[in-house]
Amino acid sequence: MKLINRRNALKIGGAAAALPLIGIPAVAQKEKVRAAFVLIGTPDDNGWNYGHDLGRLEMIEALGADRVETATVTNVAEGPDSERVFRELAQQGYDIIFGTSFGYGDAMLKVAKQFPDVKFEWATGYKTASNLSTYNARFHEGRSVLGTISGMMSKTGIGAYIGSFPIPEVVMGINAFHLAARKANPDFITKVVYVDSWFDPAKEADAARALIDQGVDVITQHTDGPAALQVAEERGIIGGFGQGADMSAFAPDAHLTSIIDIWSPYYIKAVKSVLDGNWKEGTSWEGLAGGEVVIGPYNKKIPADVVAAAEAVRLGIIDGSVHPFSGPITDNKGELRVEAGDIIDDGEFWGVDWYAEGVEA
Amino acid sequence: MNIDLTIAIIITMVGASTPLLLAALGELVVEKSGVLNLGVEGMMLTGAVVGFAVTYTTGNPWLGILAAGFAGACVSMIFAFLTLSLFANQVATGLALTIFGAGFSALFGQSFTGKPIKLFKSIFPDYLTEHPILKVFFDHSPLVYFSLFMVFAVSYFLHKTRAGLVLRAVGENDHSAHSIGYSVIKVRYGAVGFGGMMAGIGGACFPLLLTPQWVEGLTGGRGWIALALVVFSAWKPTRLLAGAYLFGLIATMEVYAKAAGGGFRIIPSELWASLPYLATILVLVLISMRHKMSSSAPACLGKPFISSN
Repeated sequence: MKLINRRNALKIGGAAAALPLIGIPAVAQKEKVRAAFVLIGTPDDNGWNYGHDLGRLEMIEALGADRVETATVTNVAEGPDSERVFRELAQQGYDIIFGTSFGYGDAMLKVAKQFPDVKFEWATGYKTASNLSTYNARFHEGRSVLGTISGMMSKTGIGAYIGSFPIPEVVMGINAFHLAARKANPDFITKVVYVDSWFDPAKEADAARALIDQGVDVITQHTDGPAALQVAEERGIIGGFGQGADMSAFAPDAHLTSIIDIWSPYYIKAVKSVLDGNWKEGTSWEGLAGGEVVIGPYNKKIPADVVAAAEAVRLGIIDGSVHPFSGPITDNKGELRVEAGDIIDDGEFWGVDWYAEGVEA
Repeated sequence: MNIDLTIAIIITMVGASTPLLLAALGELVVEKSGVLNLGVEGMMLTGAVVGFAVTYTTGNPWLGILAAGFAGACVSMIFAFLTLSLFANQVATGLALTIFGAGFSALFGQSFTGKPIKLFKSIFPDYLTEHPILKVFFDHSPLVYFSLFMVFAVSYFLHKTRAGLVLRAVGENDHSAHSIGYSVIKVRYGAVGFGGMMAGIGGACFPLLLTPQWVEGLTGGRGWIALALVVFSAWKPTRLLAGAYLFGLIATMEVYAKAAGGGFRIIPSELWASLPYLATILVLVLISMRHKMSSSAPACLGKPFISSN
């Protein structure tokens, strides 16, 4: 039953006056929510976009197809083109719109201001508004697990991290990986190569070749495809890791484990709050504990003691006894950045612009 | 720098250069006939997806290469028909072909994403491909030897055969060629088809030689570098070989230098990425300083041919 009281009647009137063509009834509870997803690529990329689309499907399953209707717009470039897409979706009366790339921010903030009754959700964003929330995952917690495996298994003591751009999220992924590896091997070195793209498989593959030719025997990457893993397989080094999804099909021997992004818990929560009429602006940042970051199956070739150590880190992060950034941490220029007994907390996280000692970047 | 690393860099450099060399060689012949086809990137993407699909389905990379060349030639015929028979603007049609190739390859490739194939590696025996020194000659994909053969084949064709002379005549002065009885349009159809085939095979290098997978946009803009290389080479196949390997070397040195760390890091990443383009501009300036540009670019490049009778 929709309850039309004076306040709601006023809201409907206000909305109708302001947006005569749209006519979204601004009632509290909803029978059915229309949710739209804007993706930077296509769901078949086996990585980032795949993860978001899987989250959407699981969200529909959890809430029921009779209560939520979704639309997905793929291949939306960051910038002005995305602004047009967000505006059109808002005009079409979608109740909640998820933008799943960092670079959609300006467009979303602008459109959100023009459509105050539509809820916007910005993945990996850093700024909120009254009808715009951000959500992200603590991918770096997964990196600690990969670092532990790498530190224990690497024979050369040199690991590689193929990154996209030196943004805080990537820098902190590198630090988390490296600090965990150093706990297992105090002389561990992490070589960082930025390929200046989220997506250039041929360049990622060449970067992996260059790293392996220079002594690297474990590789992790913060780009969206399996290119580096395939080179690891071809060259027969100790291994690499899937990013965003399990990629063992591409490298059955070299694929040690993977960090899998699970977005469904957040999508269920967000869409349900619109159904219930209690959606609120906020910032969500869950990790291993919240089930948004999951470590995939371990390769059988990993020795039992390494799996045990990796699991100890994973479970430690979940129960809070292990922190990815616990001091003392010295940076690669020799400056003490985090005192013993201290940690890098959530507030400080985004401001870190240095690499830990032993990172070659 | 030790000898092992030098050899490793050379092998990676040759691989990175080969798709550029193949696509640029095709475009060179197209431009020599007086046609400017800016759709190289689209034809490469088409070749990449078809080459992947056929290799994945049949397990035979040779068939994949053949199919990629055929597919590239087929899409180039759309361009040829629009520009040569219907006199559409070559620049606009070429750009449209790139957009078409990107869309077509994405659509056609949907069911092939997330599936691995094997790289098309050297067919020489192991004692040659694993020899610490000799592998610099033998540890390459057959596509590499094919591209080198094509450099000399195209060079011989253009400069030593009658058919090559006719093709150049059509590109330099279409009306004269027409008036002495050569079919300008037929020659140009042939050149555009050859260019499409070479771009298709160049595209197939991505899944077969560089990274054995298909994903949308796999070629990552290399088609544009191939176009720049043709100008860089002043329309000479042997200079194109040098140019393609120079571009490949710059791209390869970028990742090796970043992986090495240390002093190499002084050069910022963004500068590395722009070096190929800076090199093109530099060479263009040098060429135009040495002699007039008109002596290298085909005189009828990009102009439609409308028969006067």
